[in-house]
Amino acid sequence: MPKRLAYSLSDEVLEHVFSFIQSDKDRNVVSAVCKSWYEIERWCRRKIFVGNCYAVSPKMVIRRFPQVRSIELKGKPHFADFNLVPDGWGGYVLPWITEMAGAYPWLDEIRLKRMVVTDESLELIAKSFKDFKVLVLASCEGFSTDGLAAIAASCKNLRELDLRESEVDDSSVHWLSHFPETYTSMVSLNISCLGSGEVSFSALERLVSRCPNLRSLKLNRAVPLDKTANILRLAPQLVEFSTCTYSAELRSDVFSNLAGAFSNCKELRSLSGFWDVVPDYLPAIYSVCSRLTSLNLSYATIHSPDLIKLVSHCPSLQRLLVLDYIEDSGLEALASNCKDLQELRVFPSDPFDVEPNASLTEQGLVAVSLGCPKLQSVLYFCRRMSNAALVTIAQNCPNLTRFRLCIIEPNTADYLTGEPFDVGFGAIVEHCKDLIRLSLSGLLTDCVFEYIGKYAKKLEMLSVAFAGDSDLGLHHVLSGCESLRKLEIRDCPFGDKALLTNAAKLETMRSLLMSSCSVSLEACKLLSQKMPRLNVEVIDERGPPDSRPKNCTVDKLYIYRSVAGPRFDMPPFVWTKDEDLALRLSP
Amino acid sequence: MEVGRKMANMLGTDHDLNFKETELCLGLPGGIAVVAAGNETESSSSPKTNGKRGFSETVDLKLNLQSKESTMDLNKNLDDNGSKEKSGSAKDPAKPPAKAQVVGWPPVRSYRKNIMANQKNSSEESGNSGAALVKVSMDGAPYLRKVDLKMYKSYQELSDALAKMFSSFTMGNYGPQGMIDFMNESKLMDLLNSSDYVPSYEDKDGDWMLVGDVPWQMFVDSCKRLRIMKGSEAIGL
Repeated sequence: MPKRLAYSLSDEVLEHVFSFIQSDKDRNVVSAVCKSWYEIERWCRRKIFVGNCYAVSPKMVIRRFPQVRSIELKGKPHFADFNLVPDGWGGYVLPWITEMAGAYPWLDEIRLKRMVVTDESLELIAKSFKDFKVLVLASCEGFSTDGLAAIAASCKNLRELDLRESEVDDSSVHWLSHFPETYTSMVSLNISCLGSGEVSFSALERLVSRCPNLRSLKLNRAVPLDKTANILRLAPQLVEFSTCTYSAELRSDVFSNLAGAFSNCKELRSLSGFWDVVPDYLPAIYSVCSRLTSLNLSYATIHSPDLIKLVSHCPSLQRLLVLDYIEDSGLEALASNCKDLQELRVFPSDPFDVEPNASLTEQGLVAVSLGCPKLQSVLYFCRRMSNAALVTIAQNCPNLTRFRLCIIEPNTADYLTGEPFDVGFGAIVEHCKDLIRLSLSGLLTDCVFEYIGKYAKKLEMLSVAFAGDSDLGLHHVLSGCESLRKLEIRDCPFGDKALLTNAAKLETMRSLLMSSCSVSLEACKLLSQKMPRLNVEVIDERGPPDSRPKNCTVDKLYIYRSVAGPRFDMPPFVWTKDEDLALRLSP
Repeated sequence: MEVGRKMANMLGTDHDLNFKETELCLGLPGGIAVVAAGNETESSSSPKTNGKRGFSETVDLKLNLQSKESTMDLNKNLDDNGSKEKSGSAKDPAKPPAKAQVVGWPPVRSYRKNIMANQKNSSEESGNSGAALVKVSMDGAPYLRKVDLKMYKSYQELSDALAKMFSSFTMGNYGPQGMIDFMNESKLMDLLNSSDYVPSYEDKDGDWMLVGDVPWQMFVDSCKRLRIMKGSEAIGL
């Protein structure tokens, strides 16, 4: 019966059916059914996600999918966020833009993460894609306000411009003014990363007032309080808003203006920003608090009593980002007030101080795990933890999908028992069967990896630091975690044996990054030779790895699968297979 | 070429964490990695921090020793519940000393580190009601510290905190109103002539003054930075 059905459905019908299939995974499965489905599917695929820009070349993508409208690319590995990948490593988007400019004239969405984007790339985007709608540059760098001006001037139908956490150079051009007066399409604008010189208030106000569809507005720190109120009054339909600088003293006229402006915003669901906020101004937002689902206070240096007051006004909160100033008492208040909480991130206010400057311990997280049954995603920085607490959390929250714990001092043991946290994290992976992301910290032996290999069957991303005793730890993870896609490890005694034994596993993953571990150059070379579809990059700024004694370990190792072969834009401190090594040894 | 320029920036900075003592690789003596930026408010406003500014490796070693010996408790005033547990770290000799700072740890993104550093800067400059953070230097010490003057209510409290921070330091005796007892000139001379240390501060006018002369609150409002000088050097004040 199915066979006849497949022959009887015309291409147009199949294409129409496929248009309902949005997820990449499902699309990939569909394309593998048979040759004709592969052909139909590739012509109608509109969205592409490339998790590692070096895994495939732009020409290959274009060859297979000739009519793409939306592309998402990721460049540097996650550890680059913490300065563990030297500047100049790679992740350049220009080659992609250049190819797509010719092949995809109707491309309307580009989303990039951790890539190097130049003004030239932005100008090329502005020039090449007539109906360009969405530009998201997350944690990118390499461009200036010149490039933004080009986008603003040319993209008449731009709906979304999101520069979240990117580094933008100020070229002193008033790029916002480059949006023509006829431009009215903005729906989402995030310029919170821009410095003070880079935004003109009058241009901003004019832009906001003529874009009736504006739903999300995230401004930068430099917009003063009275301007904030003005902007809110111009856009009461906002759903997401990032507030601006709060002034030093409380002025009642400014306060009531601000409070009035906020009370107009009936659709507001998400607030962020709050840089330099003075607690006395917080009541200005009380009118919207009951509807808030997302609150990002992670740049606000306000302390626990004020945080407790604020949080008690927000019963609908689903997502909270906050500094450790919230303290255990604040988290207890959160647990009793916000029963819909799904995501909690607690960041350290002073990560490099030896002593804690806020009374935040494992108790806060335990309280939240007890009080918030829908909790799914946790990022928690703290200075002490116990296995008992971890077990409790695991039992309270079996639906956790993301659990990232950072005990600030490396090798910190359970403060109650002095033991490693093997049992605690073991409980997490055993109870939380849907866990897809895990970050470990504290004192850990090879045991914890045995638990992870045994239980964490859905785990896709694992981050490990200062943990383990031997190769066995790495072996447990590579041999046990069936769904593993990304593995990043630093300062662990993992070496050649585990890597070479599990070489085949590496082809099933997106990437593996090992920094300051115990892998030798020989192993890297061997891996390179054995596995032609892996790019094995030795990142070492100390000089040619070949020139070092045999037992010397490599500084950083980045292994990723690729069908594009070796890349040609490697900086001098990245070393790969033999031929390239010979070329590099000469200055 | 852009890559070459960036490469040149990397030269001269080491950030290796090196477990094997017998390796002939380039690395720091003692195998302790250099600290990352983040708590340096002098870090440049350029967001392109590469995490390679910071203390020298010798400072890290000293900090490590000091923190073990003294009951350094700068933030005692901030801790309400009073029960502060020291994290009990099992020290494995193959692993880096727990209190040495390493590159990229704790995993706080550069973006966030820069914003927090800028916030501390601006609160100092505008002198808002948040905190009165001032740098404290001590002659002979290789690194500076920071204190929040608003955390203390008197010279004595400040003196105690600084004493713990720089354990070989003493502020001498204060009279009933918390000011130096001028009536006892000999005491003052002893103090200044001794090898004990004496705190001085830079006020809003840029002048260096002896700590203790003015009422506490006036001192907090006018103090821009603190310097702990050798008593013999303080004669000129």
